Amino acid sequence: MALKMQSILSARFDKENSYHIDTYRADGGYETYLETIKGEKGTPEELVALVKESGLKGRGGAGFSTGMKWSFLPKGTDKPIYLCVNGDESEPGTFKDRQIVEFDPHQLVEGVGITCYAIGAHTAYIYLRCEFALGIRRVKDAIRQAYEAGFFGKDIQGTGFDLDVHVHIGGGAYICGEETSLLNSIEGVRPYPRNKPPFPAVEGLFGDPTIINNVETIANIPHIVKNGAEWYSGFGHPEDPGVRLWCVSGHVNNPGVFEIETGFSLQELIDGPCGGMKNGKKLKAVIPGGSSSKVLMPDEVAQVTMDTPTIRGFDSSLGSAGIIVLDEDTDMVEAVRNLMKFYAHESCGQCTPCREGTPWIVKILNRLCTGKGRQEDMDLLLDLASNIEGRTVCALADGACWPLTSIVKKFRHEFEAKVAAATPVGAS
Amino acid sequence: MFPEDVISELEEIRSHYPHAKAAMMPVLHVAQQQKGWLDQETQAWVADFLSVDPIEVHEVVTFYPMLYATPNGEHVIHVCRTLSCDECGARELWAHLKSKLGVERGGTTSDGKFTLRAAECLASCGTAPAFLVDGERHESLSLDEVDALLESV
Repeated sequence: MALKMQSILSARFDKENSYHIDTYRADGGYETYLETIKGEKGTPEELVALVKESGLKGRGGAGFSTGMKWSFLPKGTDKPIYLCVNGDESEPGTFKDRQIVEFDPHQLVEGVGITCYAIGAHTAYIYLRCEFALGIRRVKDAIRQAYEAGFFGKDIQGTGFDLDVHVHIGGGAYICGEETSLLNSIEGVRPYPRNKPPFPAVEGLFGDPTIINNVETIANIPHIVKNGAEWYSGFGHPEDPGVRLWCVSGHVNNPGVFEIETGFSLQELIDGPCGGMKNGKKLKAVIPGGSSSKVLMPDEVAQVTMDTPTIRGFDSSLGSAGIIVLDEDTDMVEAVRNLMKFYAHESCGQCTPCREGTPWIVKILNRLCTGKGRQEDMDLLLDLASNIEGRTVCALADGACWPLTSIVKKFRHEFEAKVAAATPVGAS
Repeated sequence: MFPEDVISELEEIRSHYPHAKAAMMPVLHVAQQQKGWLDQETQAWVADFLSVDPIEVHEVVTFYPMLYATPNGEHVIHVCRTLSCDECGARELWAHLKSKLGVERGGTTSDGKFTLRAAECLASCGTAPAFLVDGERHESLSLDEVDALLESV
């Protein structure tokens, strides 16, 4: 499929005062929300069905069907239902939600309003990492402007619909992007991930039914409700439809966020919109879906298209759409050491395999990178990973193992070169 | 502990949640902004304000890297050291700051002006290298621009 750029979520990013309610309303902003709460866009059940039909999947990384997630809420519950928006964006290589909260927060806030109506929530918390100082100010201002316009509060526009929207601020912990950790972070306890089941849709925030969706996911909702399920499912790859914000970083001439329909060639993105490799260097590897995805080699990059079924065939994933491009000069052992330090630092410490295992991985990589590597270290890393993966409450440890094992397997020669150059024990 | 306008801001925050304890993170952020760090006395005050035991506050404070249980210099610098930044200038920026400020990771300059910390991914990968000064983000700066910035704070 040809690479098709779009300007839906990113339409206002470059406009002056793009974050102000007047700019948003000049483009018809909040009209869909107001129609929705008046019942003109269908019943809540119909809205959930519409989002399910659109094919929209969670944009935080796991890629689960958004409408399906919403449909797991218990029917006819008398408990309060909560919406939590996950804006803890911290997956290395990912910086798309930040564009939304900084440059078009009203798009997110309108999405929150429509989603709450669809799922029957009357309170929403937008969780933002504290390092988003500008984004926090912009989202808080956007919420305040929406209240002032009479869009939130009690009996909104005489419809009988009540909604309060608040910002909750994180503390710089990657783990809080894990949805149950995020709930504990809001509840004011140590943010250890919870066992599932029970799933948050049944027992979430304060023990009540809760939907947790990523910022980009929610920003899509006004567009889908306005234009219909077919409109959205018509974009991109038929089995994984939609438009996503793809983040490109690393050794390219023009890094940044690109809004493109799924199903495009990764090579074409690097050569075209990204302006090719920096300094005319050759490509060595691409981490295609945030640091927790498995690395792709140049021949795979040349063949892969960016949609779930195709990239799965290359044993990798789209994850959070954070594409890290690495050139021929990159030391892959150093690169994976950098990432493993990240996971070891961000492990919450709840599960032993992750708490103990991720620092062990770093220890082995440290010795490989400082001339003390041993011949058995590559197999030791793979063995360690196989004893961590799948043995923890949440996916953080799996996310550490995937880049590690794929880099050890695909770049084994670089590890071996480090071992060969190592100082023999006893030599001085 | 805090002036009246801060207290009313904290009360407003507390009203956003069905249980006071849930206001923990935003309340701690405001308290930290006021005091620079979260000493035992402040933590005890927050515990009282949220009707929880001091240990419950301490458990949270000691979990998060952006909540400080120890004092900092007047200004805190966080340099992103994760892969995309490291590959695109952060290694050089880090070495420059360490030598310019004469401190190691986590250290505070002898005049107490700057504390240098490393941060994990700041979601600025496309505009590397990225760093925060007192929580505000700066991106794609040359070393000269970094020096000028630090002189201006």
